[in-house]
Amino acid sequence: MLSAQDLFITFNPGTPIETRALRGMSLEIPAGQFVTVIGSNGAGKSTFLNAISGDLGVDTGRIAIDGLDVTRRPVWERAERVARVFQDPMAGTCEDLTIEENMALAQQRGTRRGLRGAVKAAERAMFRERLATLGLGLENRLTDRIGLLSGGQRQAVSLLMAALQPSRILLLDEHTAALDPRTADFVLQLTARIVAENQLTTMMVTHSMRQALDVGQRTVMLHQGQVVLDVAGEERSRMDVADLLQMFEKVRGEKLADDALLLG
Amino acid sequence: MSLFSLLGAVEIGLIFSLVALGVFISFRLLRFPDLTVDGSFPLGGAVCAILISGGTNPWLATLAATAAGAAAGLLTGWLNVKLKIMDLLASILMMIALYSVNLRVMGGPNVPLINDPTLFTQLQPESMADYVARPLILLVIVIAAKLLLDWFFATERGLAIRATGSNARMARAQGINTGAMVLLGMAVSNALVGLAGALFAQTQGGSDISMGIGTIVIGLAAVIVGESILPSRRIAWATLAVVLGAIVYRFFIAAALNSEFIGLKAQDLNLVTALLVTIALVIPQLKRKLSSRKA
Repeated sequence: MLSAQDLFITFNPGTPIETRALRGMSLEIPAGQFVTVIGSNGAGKSTFLNAISGDLGVDTGRIAIDGLDVTRRPVWERAERVARVFQDPMAGTCEDLTIEENMALAQQRGTRRGLRGAVKAAERAMFRERLATLGLGLENRLTDRIGLLSGGQRQAVSLLMAALQPSRILLLDEHTAALDPRTADFVLQLTARIVAENQLTTMMVTHSMRQALDVGQRTVMLHQGQVVLDVAGEERSRMDVADLLQMFEKVRGEKLADDALLLG
Repeated sequence: MSLFSLLGAVEIGLIFSLVALGVFISFRLLRFPDLTVDGSFPLGGAVCAILISGGTNPWLATLAATAAGAAAGLLTGWLNVKLKIMDLLASILMMIALYSVNLRVMGGPNVPLINDPTLFTQLQPESMADYVARPLILLVIVIAAKLLLDWFFATERGLAIRATGSNARMARAQGINTGAMVLLGMAVSNALVGLAGALFAQTQGGSDISMGIGTIVIGLAAVIVGESILPSRRIAWATLAVVLGAIVYRFFIAAALNSEFIGLKAQDLNLVTALLVTIALVIPQLKRKLSSRKA
């Protein structure tokens, strides 16, 4: 369960390039819900996600994960509760390390890292099993450097890695954006499967309105650092991309009018 | 080259293979360009020599030198992680600070160890000449250090250090305290260098303030030479390559300085080092060019 209350983040405050990225952003995600987040460039999607993961500190506001206030905790302390797949396939894995070493890193997320061997025999068998479910033949390449894999393969492994340890929330940051359409589709199907199998509380940021409606149970639209649209249930299932686009234009128009009023 | 100078080259090569292992940890595993070694190598020598000449047991003195190296590395890491000073600059600050520290520790520019007991005089069998015994004892120490590192970097903690160097953002997202891992890695790296300094002082008849000059270049040269002899990303192979690199490098230097017809003298050592490193850096580029032309 995630609770973000009234988050504010301003980049470069007091300078000509001041950017108010989050302006009172609030969102509650109950346990087990899969939420998709859309919005135009600069709407604050990535900033919001990075605030939850701890990569960015908030100026004001409160972030709680499963009731625990994590607002002032660094990334690595939140990792026990937060799993993440990055947009850039390079970012989510260590390219110098082997597939099994990368998976071992994820297997130890949220545990104390001691002087036991990093890759254990029993775990290796489990890694092989999980990799086999991808149908990419990676189960026979455990000791290959992960840098040798394609972007799509690396994202698929990243998803498996995110689900190795229990987490309170899974953050997906446009994780199909860097892939070709077919691979993106494969990774999206895999996402839906892994989230459903593990009943993960999930927040997926996406550029694609199609994706936003195709997976998950709820869709949230951000604009100028705030939630401007929040649909779920029947209302959402009746929507298509055109409806969403229309609502998006409407919201933006109203906002523009607001701002014009302010400036005038 | 005589057997005597050959064994001498092996001896120095083995000592510098410990430096090279340290440099491998900082430069390659952590990707932390660390020049602290130019200070932590003589620091190890200084601590060891002053303790031994004051009557301390050589084993204890060597251990203290190793700990002093670790402390130096820890401090460089701390400057970088906690005070946010750029990695290279933090290590340069540490390096020049250590120059003064080393003079203080020794109470002068050098501490001779002439008739004092050392690790080597204690371990050397009666029947064996010292120039044979020393390389053998060093070989055992280096093999032990290599195996210990191989084991450590395959543990959960060791893997966390490697992940920190490879992709710090990902490491943090997996719950690794990357700052702490940099501190730990730097401590291990400079502990090895401090140990090397202690062994150097005990084989070369004492410690000298100038013995640290160029340590980083020699260590880096050994790493680069090793990587071109035996390219591998597996830890056990990479550490073996680094050890071999240090010995081969030293062998080349001895050969170059001993060949009358080239006309090189001892003072040309650093020039030859720079040349060798340049060659070792250029060869992989040439190889790539050649193979891409073929393809």
